Amino acid sequence: MAGKIATRAAYGKALVEFAEKYPELVVLDADLAMATMTKDFRAAYPDRFFDCGIAENNMTGIAAGMAASGLKPFTNTFAIFAAGRSYEQVRNSIGYPHLNVKVVGSHGGVSVGEDGATHQCTEDLALMRQIPEMTVVCPCDGHEMRLAVEALLNYDGPAYLRLARPATEIFTDELEGYKFELGKGVTIADGSDVTIIATGIMVGMARQARELLAAEGISVRVIDMHTIKPLDEELVLKAARETGAIVTSEEASVLGGLGGAVAELLAENCPVPVLRHGVNDSFGRSGTAAAVLEYFGLTAEGLAEKCRKAVSMKK
Amino acid sequence: MEKLFGKDLAVAAYKARLLAVEAVHRAASGHPGGSLSCADALTVLYFNEMNVDSANPNWAERDRFVLSKGHCAPALYAVLAMQGFFPVEDLQLLRSIKAHLSGHPDMRHVPGVDMSTGSLGQGLSTAVGMALTAKITRKLWRTYAICGDGELAEGQIWEAIMSAAKWKLDNLCVFIDVNGLQIDGATKDVMPTEPLDKKLEAFNWHVVKIDGHDYAQILAALAEARRTKGKPTAILMATVKGKGVSFMENQAGWHGKAPNADEFAVAKAELEAKIKELEGK
Repeated sequence: MAGKIATRAAYGKALVEFAEKYPELVVLDADLAMATMTKDFRAAYPDRFFDCGIAENNMTGIAAGMAASGLKPFTNTFAIFAAGRSYEQVRNSIGYPHLNVKVVGSHGGVSVGEDGATHQCTEDLALMRQIPEMTVVCPCDGHEMRLAVEALLNYDGPAYLRLARPATEIFTDELEGYKFELGKGVTIADGSDVTIIATGIMVGMARQARELLAAEGISVRVIDMHTIKPLDEELVLKAARETGAIVTSEEASVLGGLGGAVAELLAENCPVPVLRHGVNDSFGRSGTAAAVLEYFGLTAEGLAEKCRKAVSMKK
Repeated sequence: MEKLFGKDLAVAAYKARLLAVEAVHRAASGHPGGSLSCADALTVLYFNEMNVDSANPNWAERDRFVLSKGHCAPALYAVLAMQGFFPVEDLQLLRSIKAHLSGHPDMRHVPGVDMSTGSLGQGLSTAVGMALTAKITRKLWRTYAICGDGELAEGQIWEAIMSAAKWKLDNLCVFIDVNGLQIDGATKDVMPTEPLDKKLEAFNWHVVKIDGHDYAQILAALAEARRTKGKPTAILMATVKGKGVSFMENQAGWHGKAPNADEFAVAKAELEAKIKELEGK
């Protein structure tokens, strides 16, 4: 495949692609179809697209009622509204009754860029992870996103799917032996000194960080943890035992998301140095996506620095 | 089950009231006031209006019901038990760790419950989702809901009301239980929601105003809702919070309080006397 595509764009294409194969699929949006990329589905399947207006809480509830009646609804809005504003609707109307709704949060993280802190959601992974039995997925590139959408169409239960705004490189299609399975991380490069467990667009940066560190003689394993919940505990524990140090990386708060999940698991089962690379308990800010990511240290170099520190902490 | 009419509906409604109040008494917690105000509407829905099958609770073609004011679960559970969805004896374990009847309706564990509710303001949206599903899949089943008048202070309710009109959901019929009271006092003082008829009409709903304890009026309103095309119907029913138990009637204090043994004895005597009177014994 190669080239660049935003995961939100790949998601929008996947909805159209799978519409015929999954006739129960319906798409709901809250006046953001141009941004969430559901616009192509809207054009192709107007009878299966429901614009709920700027009313995310109602959209979330409508989807719950549709799922209870046998449809497979995907709700769409920005992550801050999907997981933030409608948190309690997702919890009580979808999570508690375990309904088959896919809550899709587009524009996750700070790479939203120019719109600034009000629209940059760094808390969604932690919020959605807190809901019992909720599946939380954050694909790393357009190829993985397509596979994630089909896997979620075949999973009967509530899930949160996070999309990113900026275009990023596609690489999982060229990985040998790559296979997508919900709840199973993918080791995309082996290494022995430290493991980076990354999700979303940080997986691509983890690959770059690995190159930087290889030049310094540090051998880095990279795991693409597209499913934050249920966490692939076996893969994390194996990495901790075999490499002795872990760095998590996510375009989200270091509190409670992927970093929290990995740190909780390892503290209780295999204590090794765990450093969390993400947004440090801070609101976002305006700037180009690249400038904002740079500002928060969400770069290959920022990640490499965490890895150097993790290696130095090993006994 | 055979449909009930007239006096038989009243008898069933008062039996449901007694079961609900007894369940709350045994649980030593729960919400009797609102359960009693909507008991007549619930009874008419499950014993006359709705097409359901207690032997097959998940029957795909059934009519759906959402108790948006989920705290009135004791009344819903009582009616469901009487309809045979689960044993009436289970009601004695309302809110107990030992049983399946949680404090608010739970669709995963209670047969006959079509939607888990309890967080006010959320149920109506799910009812809109159900009605919309029936529309787009060209099914004839209908969706019913009961909201509280206090619940209408929730913004999400008005989002749901707007959307039901947008999609012309004439297969959706919502009772508003206008008992005028909520936890902190009178709805007109806590947060005025009136004039509900004008508001709902302005939101492009068909509105029917009735006495929520008059079975003929409830049946007529439901028939009118079925005849109404192109818009959803709201049945504004004036009710008495605590209806049927003299010391609970029109008392906000009985919103969420369980009667003790002495109080329950009085309530039981009153409701049994009413049932006897209705049965003509």
